Amino acid sequence: MFRKIAVSAAALGLCISGASANEELLRLQRDPNQWVMPTGNYANHRYSELNQITRDNVAQLRPSWSFSTGVLRGHEGGPLVLGDMMYIHTPFPNKVFALDLKEPGKIVWRYEPSQDPSVIAVMCCDTVNRGVSYGDGKIILAQADAKVVALDAKTGKVAWSVTNGDPGKGETMTAAPMVFGDKVLVGISGGEFGVRGHVTAYNLKDGSMAWRAYSVGPDNEILFDPQKTTSLGKPVGPNSSLQSWEGDQWKIGGGTTWGWFSYDPELNLVYYGSGNPGTWNPAQRPGDNKWSMTIFARDATTGQAKWVYQMTPHDEWDYDGVNEMILSDINVRGRPVKALVHFDRNGFGYTLNRETGELLVAEKFDPVVNWATKVDMQTGRPEVVKEFSTRQGGEDTNTQNICPAALGTKDQQPAAFSPRTSHFYVPTNHVCMDYEPFRVSYTAGQPYVGATLSMFPPKGAQHMGNFIAWDASEGKILWSKPERFSVWSGALATAGDIVFYGTLEGYLKAVDVRDGKELFSYRTPSGIIGNVNTYTHNGKQYIAVLSGVGGWAGIGMAAGLQGDTEGLGAAGAYRSLANYTQLGGVLTVFALPN
Amino acid sequence: MLAAGAITLALGMATQQPAHAEDKPYQVQDGKVDRGTYNGYRRYGNACERCHGQDGAGSSFAPNLTESLKRLSHEQFMEVVINGRQNVTSSQQSVMPPFGQVEDVVLYIEDIYAYLKARSDGAIGPGRPQRMAN
Repeated sequence: MFRKIAVSAAALGLCISGASANEELLRLQRDPNQWVMPTGNYANHRYSELNQITRDNVAQLRPSWSFSTGVLRGHEGGPLVLGDMMYIHTPFPNKVFALDLKEPGKIVWRYEPSQDPSVIAVMCCDTVNRGVSYGDGKIILAQADAKVVALDAKTGKVAWSVTNGDPGKGETMTAAPMVFGDKVLVGISGGEFGVRGHVTAYNLKDGSMAWRAYSVGPDNEILFDPQKTTSLGKPVGPNSSLQSWEGDQWKIGGGTTWGWFSYDPELNLVYYGSGNPGTWNPAQRPGDNKWSMTIFARDATTGQAKWVYQMTPHDEWDYDGVNEMILSDINVRGRPVKALVHFDRNGFGYTLNRETGELLVAEKFDPVVNWATKVDMQTGRPEVVKEFSTRQGGEDTNTQNICPAALGTKDQQPAAFSPRTSHFYVPTNHVCMDYEPFRVSYTAGQPYVGATLSMFPPKGAQHMGNFIAWDASEGKILWSKPERFSVWSGALATAGDIVFYGTLEGYLKAVDVRDGKELFSYRTPSGIIGNVNTYTHNGKQYIAVLSGVGGWAGIGMAAGLQGDTEGLGAAGAYRSLANYTQLGGVLTVFALPN
Repeated sequence: MLAAGAITLALGMATQQPAHAEDKPYQVQDGKVDRGTYNGYRRYGNACERCHGQDGAGSSFAPNLTESLKRLSHEQFMEVVINGRQNVTSSQQSVMPPFGQVEDVVLYIEDIYAYLKARSDGAIGPGRPQRMAN
C-alpha cells in the first residue's frame, strides 16, 4: 500500500521536475512513510497521506517511547524521519541527535557545536531553533551563532561550515533551512536589534554562497529588476526600497527572515516573508519601509525577485510578515488557482496567485482584529483605524486595546493544509495589546525596540488562543476551537481526516477536520511549542512531537496576564502558564496499541 | 561642642522624613508614580522586557526581577546591569548581556531600578503605571 503510493509519487515527481529540483528530496517528500523536511513538503502543507490513525481510532493513541533532549529552553520545530533514522535538534546549544528507530531512542550520533554563550543575550524571545533540514546526504543546521553547518547524515561529521552573520551585531539564526535543488536557503534573525534582513542560498556541495538577497536597500542588493520585479502586477520601478526610507535608515531597516520557506519546483520560485522594519517606534522611520513586512517570490536559481507584496506598509505594531507561505492548488471563488496562502501576524489571511503575485483574498482570521477595517484589493494596502494607529497616536502616547497584539493573530507556528478538504488548519493567538512607542538610539548588537507593550486577552474573552479551520477561497473561518493559551504549536493534517496540534499546557490533541471536535488529548511533560509530524516504521504509523515550553510564548510563563487592576474583568480568571507547566525538552512518540 | 552636637541632632531630625523617602527610589501617590519611575517602566520595555517579561515578572528564560530585587542591593543591581552576568552549565544557559555601553539603559538605569523596586516592593501593580501630574 505505502510502497504503491511512493512509486506513483515518484513518477509524478519526474513529470514536474523541470528546473533545478533536487530529485532525491522531491521523491522522498512524496513518501508518507518518512518526514524529510521540517515543513513536510516544499509546499508547506504539513499533511500526510498516512491513514492508519483515523477519527474513529485516534482516541486509543498512546505514547510509545520518549527521549529527553537534556535542554531546558523552548523547543520549536520538529523531528525529521529518513528511513530508520530520526533527527531531532534543540534550542541553544543547538544539539542534534540522530536516533535509531530500530531501537527507539538509541543515539546513533550526536553533534554539539561549541558556541560563544554571549550569543544567547542577543536572541530575542528565547534561544529557539526551528529544525534541521536534509539534502544530498547531509543534515543542515542553522546555529544560533549564525553559522550554517552541514553534517554527514550517517555519521554526524562536519562536511562544511560557513558564517552567515555576525552575532556581535545581533545577527543570529533560528529559522530552519530549506534545501532546494543543489542549494540550501537560510535566513537571518535579529529583528529587535536593527539587523538588515537577508536570505542566502549556499551550494549544498561545499557551502559556497550562490546568492544573497537583502530585504531592504539598493536594487542590486535586494536583487530587484525595476522593470521585471512586480508588485500587484506593476513593475516596482528603480530604488523601490530606498525611496521608502528617510536617508540611510534602511541600513538598520530590519526585514529579517526568521520564518519558513517554501518552493515551487515547477515555477522554480522560492517564497518567504520579511519581518518588522527597524525600531518598533514608527515615528523614527517615516515612509513605507519597503520591503519589510513583505511576501517575496524569488527565482530559486538566481535569487532575482519575481514579485513582492507588502502587507503592512510602515508597520506600527510589530506585525512581522515571516509566517509560512502555503502553496496550494485550490479553487478561489470558483476559479482554479495556483495559490499562495498566508496567515499573517497582522490578523489577515491572504490568498494570492503564486505565479503573478495577484492579491485574491484578504480577510481577518480572528474577528477581534481591529487595527484595520479591511485590505483595499486594488492597492493592497490595509485601511488603518486611526484609534489604533500608534503612529497617529504618536511617541510617548499609549495606544490602547489594539488587536492583535505584537505576537500576532498567529506567529511562526505553522498551519496545515489538507488536500482532501482543501481547507487550512491554523494555530492562532487571541491576544490584544496597549503599545507606547518612544525614541531609542541604535547601538550595534543592542536591543533596538522603542516601544512598551502590555498584552492581554480581548475584552470579555475567556481564552487566549483558538485553533481554527479556514477556507482560503472565501476567506472564512469554518470552525474555531478555543484554547486557554495561545496555540504555539505547528499543526499536522492527515488522510485519517484528523488534525494534530499541541498546547502550551503540554497537551497533544487530535481534532476532527469536519468540526474541530476533540478526539484525543494527552499531556506531555512540558508545554508544546514544537510542530507535530508523522511517519511509519515497520509499517506502523507514529506521531511525534517535541515538548519544551519557551519561546516568545514563554514570556507568559511567569507573567501570565495582567491582573484585575487593569479592569480586564475576565482576565482575572486566568492564572499564569507557570501554574500549568515547567521547562524541559522531551520528544514523545505516539502509536495505536498493537 | 555641645552646640555643634545639638545642631547635628537637629539636622538629623529635620532630615529624617526626607531621608526615609529617599530610601525608596520611587514615589507613589494615589497609585500614581513619579516621572522617573514611569520612564523606568518604558525603558524596561525597551531593553529588558523581551527576556524578563511583562511587569518584571520573569519568563521561561530569565528570572523574575520582582523577586530578584528583594535580594539584590542597589549596588549589585547596577553591577549586573552594567557588566552583565553568565550562568552557563549543561542544564542552564542564562546570559545577561552587559549594558554598560548602551545609552538607553545607562542614562536611565536609576529610573529602571526605581520601577523594578516599586514592582518588587508591591508599591505598584502590574501593567502601565499612571504618571503623576507635573
